[in-house]
Amino acid sequence: MKIAVCIKRVPDTATRLNFAGDGTSLDQSEVQWIISPYDEFAIEEGLRLKEKVGDATVTVITCGPAASTKEIRQALGMGADDAVHITSEVDLDPAQIAHCLSSVLKDRGDDIVLFGRQSADAQGSQMGALVASQLGRPFANNIAKLDVEGSEVKIERDVDGGRETLESSLPIVLGADKSLNEPRYPKLKDIMKAKKKPIESVEIDPGNVAFETKAITPPPPRPEGRVVGEGPEAVEELIRLLREEAKVI
Amino acid sequence: MEKYEGTDFYIIDDLLTEEQRLIRDTVRDFVDDHVVDVIDDCFMEDKFPTELIPMLGELGLLGANLDGYECAGLDNTAYGLIMQELERGDSGLRSFVSVQGGLVMYPIHRYGTEEQKQKFLPELAAGRMIGCFGLTEPDHGSNPSGMITHAVEDGDSYVLNGNKMWITNGCVADVAVVWAKLDGRIRGFLVEKGTEGFSTTKQGKKFSLRASITSELHFQDCRIPKENLMPGADGLGGPLSCLTQARYGIAWGATGAAMACFDAAKKYSLSRIQFDKPIASFQLVQQKLAEMFTEITKAQLLNLRLSQLKEDGKMTAQHVSMAKRNNVHWALEIARSARDLLGANGVTHEYPVGRHMLNLESVKTYEGTHDIHALILGHEITGIAAYK
Ligand SMILES: Cc1cc2nc3c(=O)[nH]c(=O)nc-3n(C[C@H](O)[C@H](O)[C@H](O)COP(=O)(O)OP(=O)(O)OC[C@H]3O[C@@H](n4cnc5c(N)ncnc54)[C@H](O)[C@@H]3O)c2cc1C
Ligand SMILES: Cc1cc2nc3c(=O)[nH]c(=O)nc-3n(C[C@H](O)[C@H](O)[C@H](O)COP(=O)(O)OP(=O)(O)OC[C@H]3O[C@@H](n4cnc5c(N)ncnc54)[C@H](O)[C@@H]3O)c2cc1C
Repeated sequence: MKIAVCIKRVPDTATRLNFAGDGTSLDQSEVQWIISPYDEFAIEEGLRLKEKVGDATVTVITCGPAASTKEIRQALGMGADDAVHITSEVDLDPAQIAHCLSSVLKDRGDDIVLFGRQSADAQGSQMGALVASQLGRPFANNIAKLDVEGSEVKIERDVDGGRETLESSLPIVLGADKSLNEPRYPKLKDIMKAKKKPIESVEIDPGNVAFETKAITPPPPRPEGRVVGEGPEAVEELIRLLREEAKVI
Repeated sequence: MEKYEGTDFYIIDDLLTEEQRLIRDTVRDFVDDHVVDVIDDCFMEDKFPTELIPMLGELGLLGANLDGYECAGLDNTAYGLIMQELERGDSGLRSFVSVQGGLVMYPIHRYGTEEQKQKFLPELAAGRMIGCFGLTEPDHGSNPSGMITHAVEDGDSYVLNGNKMWITNGCVADVAVVWAKLDGRIRGFLVEKGTEGFSTTKQGKKFSLRASITSELHFQDCRIPKENLMPGADGLGGPLSCLTQARYGIAWGATGAAMACFDAAKKYSLSRIQFDKPIASFQLVQQKLAEMFTEITKAQLLNLRLSQLKEDGKMTAQHVSMAKRNNVHWALEIARSARDLLGANGVTHEYPVGRHMLNLESVKTYEGTHDIHALILGHEITGIAAYK
């Protein structure tokens, strides 16, 4: 079985981000980069599938700058077999990235292509769907459980207030949700071994830009809080305000 | 609490390999996910988080810079970074890993027989076995060469008598590396748990390193098979070479504790308002933060160079003395200063700073006290040994 996992390098959401002077990008000098957290669930699921099936390979694929090798090595350290690195030093828009990924994927013949359900930075929730449509394969996002028997695929998804069970067959494209599994840490020994695993570097013409970032701005400062009272007596008023003013309950 | 960010003012990250950074980040994540939330309760309850041991083994943190026998075989910079990240969590956790790797696995790896290596190293690396290192005695701390514990040959066994004190992991160890005199020479013996004549007692009433188990070891006509002597070590150089390994890890580890305290103090100063401003806007507070920042950066550079010397086979015990002494001293000063900046909150367990401060008192004393390391450096400079 051939399994491909597409991963994205994103700024660590837990650290502070600063905007660059041009107003359309981030100041990258102090950014810590990580694998987009949802993609880690996708890697983990690929590895578990491989461990279950036995005769399988897991390939990680990313589209990003040369420095993304650190994130690739992490995925290889977790247990992926090899990697394809589509190098691009400039930021590409989603359509361009989908084009690059599909160009690599279309000739590979993977049985399963895994994505995270969305990236932690842009949160577009579209890459899996874009690639699936370009490959002409079925796509399910937000998967919470995956069973593969032969070429039969059984998927469970969390939907509003319940679970949905779907059936399909290979080949397929899937987007991992966080309830799918708990990603492993790479073992330190395997991080060292990952140095020897092959990373194929490819350059692909991404085509024309479909979207251009014109501006990014910080969120407006939060309005000052308000104390509505103290102790149990305040609860009623608090509920009224949450319902009528804030309209959150 | 906000996520820990680390300190890297001199962009030392650029001097690390991709693998070293990944290893550091992996251990940092492990500490965030599994240590930070439980360690303070362990400290309060005077217990080690034993549930972490299988994970330490699984990740490859035990004896990580040793080759073969299921060890990770990492370079010394990566090993140091592991210690730094673990001690950012707690000195007790780092002590566990230092003792297991530097003081138990290292001597078996270097001085043991092939049978001893095969039997113990894979088990210790996986965390299925725990080890301890018995050198200090009630009456011999800074001067271990005066030790009383001794062994006598009797047929195909050795018979051990004596007491060891302040032994990390003692009560829970499956195997003790015990240093004792045989015909007047210091030799290393492997004593397994359950051996007749070997007993332990837990040392209580510590206000420091409480998330680490400290014990006394007692040997009363304790008979061990002859094959439990480590043949390669003969004389004080044996245990001292182990201490050099562990002290190397402490130099890195103490820097991690200092980084944790600085991180907490910086965030607190920026958010704590007094006199209508964040206390971070006052000159005295900025001076304290500047001092911490500078000393952390200096310690990081010292560590990195020390690791290069170790890789190149040029590192001496004296090089390690300087780094252990300096970095622990400044970590303790930084912890005290951070404690001060947290005001009354600094004396509570709501923040990790007070715990680090208390822990570092042990770190200052064990593995050669601050002053003993000054004397080692004095000896290096003048050629005159002042401790004798
Ligand atoms: C929490 C903890 C865990 C430990 N774990 C271990 C372990 O796993 N294995 C182990 O073997 N030991 C362990 N130790 C023991 C530790 O190594 C000793 O405490 C240390 O070597 C100091 O010995 P001491 O306590 O007997 O102090 P002493 O040697 O009595 O020193 C007391 C004071 O006198 C000073 N002093 C001593 N000699 C001189 C001199 N010549 N000139 C000037 N000043 C001097 C010292 O600097 C110190 O300030 C541990 C200790 C602690 C606190
Ligand atoms: C165990 C204990 C018992 C106590 N008992 C009592 C009690 O009985 N009654 C009572 O009223 N209070 C009591 N206190 C409170 C104590 O007096 C306060 O903790 C103390 O005044 C410091 O205030 P703070 O903790 O809010 O720290 P902060 O005022 O927030 O100070 C934090 C840090 O900022 C520094 N700082 C603040 N302002 C400046 C400035 N302008 N320039 C430079 N640096 C500055 C401080 O020196 C400190 O390092 C007690 C505290 C403790 C720990």
